[in-house]
Amino acid sequence: MNWIFEPWPWYIAGPLITLTMFSLLYLGKNFGLSSNLRTICTIAGADKSCDFFCFNWKSQYWNLLVMLGAIIGGYIASHYLSKNQIPTLNPKTIENLHSLGFESAGKSYAPQEMFGNNAISSPGVFAILLIGGLLIGFGSRYAGGCTSGHSISGLSNLQLPSLIATIGFFTGGLIMIHFIMPMIF
Amino acid sequence: MKSLIYVIIGTFFGIVMYKSEAASWFRIYEMFKFQSFHMFGLMGTALFTGIFLVNYIKRKHSKDVFGNTIKLTPKDKGVKRYLIGGIIFGSGWALIGACPGPMFVLAGAGYIPILIVILGALLGTWVYGLIRHKLPH
Repeated sequence: MNWIFEPWPWYIAGPLITLTMFSLLYLGKNFGLSSNLRTICTIAGADKSCDFFCFNWKSQYWNLLVMLGAIIGGYIASHYLSKNQIPTLNPKTIENLHSLGFESAGKSYAPQEMFGNNAISSPGVFAILLIGGLLIGFGSRYAGGCTSGHSISGLSNLQLPSLIATIGFFTGGLIMIHFIMPMIF
Repeated sequence: MKSLIYVIIGTFFGIVMYKSEAASWFRIYEMFKFQSFHMFGLMGTALFTGIFLVNYIKRKHSKDVFGNTIKLTPKDKGVKRYLIGGIIFGSGWALIGACPGPMFVLAGAGYIPILIVILGALLGTWVYGLIRHKLPH
């Protein structure tokens, strides 16, 4: 059982993601996490400002429960199923990140420079987190789905819109990592 | 009790995301630098098994637990919204190193600053709802 505490290899985790999608299909639901953002907006009262949020959010209640589960899963995995798990990165990646100022590369699960407890006391980091979130929320709704809805669910169903969206995801990601990030860090 | 199954599926998903390091900012950065096969293998195997499974479900007209034929809701046709929206989403995904699933996984793992990201994502969704009629789709 020791393997459970080690990082899980991609060839185990990949099929387990498909198993998640299948479990939901078997319950008559479609896998897609970003819809929850719209649901939360509706619950928070956004339906008063525009019709995009006028829908019966109770029909998405199940998805909020999946989201709640993801939070619990993160807690369980980090507290009980890991012994200080640190991704074994390519040494070149670590070198690149050190030169960008990410000293925690190779030493922690998430960069302390962005997700450490003191990180948000820096206005710059606070702004980056907020803007990044805005891009994720705006972009996923504009594209009609995120990685789970398009790149896993939609592509599994061989849908052209999901292929276009996934090409977009990677185009945006590459522009951010190779051109924008070197300017902001 | 029926609610519990969704929480269990989500918990399972969250554990897989954390343990596979798909929720690690570093892994996303490494992927976009093409310096590791890890994330490509992860998404590749998910996709490979997913295509096989969905094809099987459609061919056999498999039924769900309630006895209804399993349906995957098709996405509307179009190019612009998927490409532009996709590029915007992708840039956020790369900057934050987490998409809407792992975002909540990280919140559970105790990274407080991710709450700012979630707040931003909610605002972004709301802004999209406000101005979507003015956007090309």
